[in-house]
Amino acid sequence: MESKLIIVVVEEDRGHALGIVEALKDSGEHEVHVIGASTGLARKIAAHAPDVVLIDVDNPTRDMLEELTLASGPLERPVAMFVSGAASGLAQAAIDAGLSAYVVDGLKPERLRPVMDTAIARFRMMRQMRTELAETRRALEERKVIDRAKGLLMKARGIDEDAAYMLLRRTAMDQGRRLADVAEALVTASGLLR
Amino acid sequence: MKPVSLSVAYMPLVDAAPLIIAQEMGFADPEGLSLDLIAAPSWSSARDMLAFGRVDAAHLPSPVPIAMALGLGGVATPLSAVLVLSVNGNVIGVSRALESRLRDLGSDFDFADARKAATALAKAATGPLVFGVPFPFSMHAELLRYWFARTDLADRAIEIRTVPPPLMARALADGEVDAFCVGEPWGSVAVDMGAGALLLPGKAIWAFAPEKVLAVRTEWAETEQRLLGGLMRSVWRAGRWLSQPGSRTIAAEILSRPAYLDLPAELIDRALTGRFTISGQAEQRAVGDFLHFHSGAANFPWRSQARWIAHRLSRQNGLDSAAAQDAAAAVFRTDLFRRHLASTDADMPGASEKIEGAIRHPMAVASQKGRLSLLPDAFFDGSNFDPKTAD
Repeated sequence: MESKLIIVVVEEDRGHALGIVEALKDSGEHEVHVIGASTGLARKIAAHAPDVVLIDVDNPTRDMLEELTLASGPLERPVAMFVSGAASGLAQAAIDAGLSAYVVDGLKPERLRPVMDTAIARFRMMRQMRTELAETRRALEERKVIDRAKGLLMKARGIDEDAAYMLLRRTAMDQGRRLADVAEALVTASGLLR
Repeated sequence: MKPVSLSVAYMPLVDAAPLIIAQEMGFADPEGLSLDLIAAPSWSSARDMLAFGRVDAAHLPSPVPIAMALGLGGVATPLSAVLVLSVNGNVIGVSRALESRLRDLGSDFDFADARKAATALAKAATGPLVFGVPFPFSMHAELLRYWFARTDLADRAIEIRTVPPPLMARALADGEVDAFCVGEPWGSVAVDMGAGALLLPGKAIWAFAPEKVLAVRTEWAETEQRLLGGLMRSVWRAGRWLSQPGSRTIAAEILSRPAYLDLPAELIDRALTGRFTISGQAEQRAVGDFLHFHSGAANFPWRSQARWIAHRLSRQNGLDSAAAQDAAAAVFRTDLFRRHLASTDADMPGASEKIEGAIRHPMAVASQKGRLSLLPDAFFDGSNFDPKTAD
């Protein structure tokens, strides 16, 4: 029987981290650690002597992990980015899902596969949620600005809401700009003129 | 005709300017190209995006494609450095605590003399020093190691630790690092935050250090020659534009936009003009040749520069220097540079290698058009790097 895999997940968001840990536990018997803070990241990871390190591609502290790829002492284990060599199809899928993995040299692909498949699925979900959240937030923000711009036009020109909206839209089309950008400019300008 | 879109990964730094300007000032238009610039969150992710085909080209530290060719750092896709995007442009800075000890010992922060600064720093350090650099394979790390080994700092316990540039100022303020070597504008950001003071420009260690390169997958360079040529010419023209003093104000404004560096234009301007505020006391220092995008054949990917980097990497990682140098020389593609820029005004040096460090004054060299002037490339200790006899 093979020993458990030691997996380190680098993720600051507690909720996300817990989700990944749960998912990984379902995929087999592993010892999973979560590291949140970026201070002394490489050292904290090395202390766990992990077989696999998982980190978000967009995490700017990722460069700190590159030091792990250089074994500087005889007792340290070189950690290669698993993407080199045979597993490159898996690597492509991981990167598309927004995941980077560092894997100890010589870890058998068949042991890695279930872990990676689970992590990839989880990261893809996280990425989708993040995109949706950002899009929703943006849409709400824009809606607010457009409403304010409409209000300003209604007051300044004594027109009704529909006419104000049409005016904004026509201006945006004439100038080849986005409706939200025109609204934003109007709100800013009126703030300055007040 | 609709332009062909090329995706290019970059890190938000002043030295990404040739790529940003190539797109924003329309240098890509005549080549029928449109650059889709993708800000990478880290150097490793810029490298991976390129290696795995998510982007067509990337802005990378010059040692990165060489380290990959030497089998260091995990990812092994063969990359070609087709053009040097920038020469010099780094600063070395110290924490407030080190700054005040240096001042107590009479240091004048001349921002010029590398040996004097090292002697002072060795005296001022009370314990082991931690230096932050943006990436393990970077000109920053190589310049620091070269400087440490040849000065009084050789006797000091020093650790080099990776800290992403945008986090450098904070790491210095929090005492996570005692000093750093980083590309602008992040050194100036640290000064403005009150986290520390600038000690030296990188050029005080090596006067003409290839800092960032434009890298593509070697296989892509073969199959997409037309696109590569267009990209290289656009970027080269952008570099030439950037080298004109009249371009600086506009360049700083464009780089400062939220989509790019998202920092005040004034901070970016310091690197472009070479005029720095080095401390919280608002001391000013002027540096010539702080950053080159064009002058002195800056874009030419000298194979001897690649050999210098490979020689340094081979020493730290227990590799054979001669073999490492040969592998590296094949990464810096002077052949592609000559081929794809032949239709521009770019003048080509007759040779593809030189003795690094030997030029002390601007020097005219043999070139195809006969009017090429190379700029000083001396190392602070006056030594030369001759690829053939390096040890």
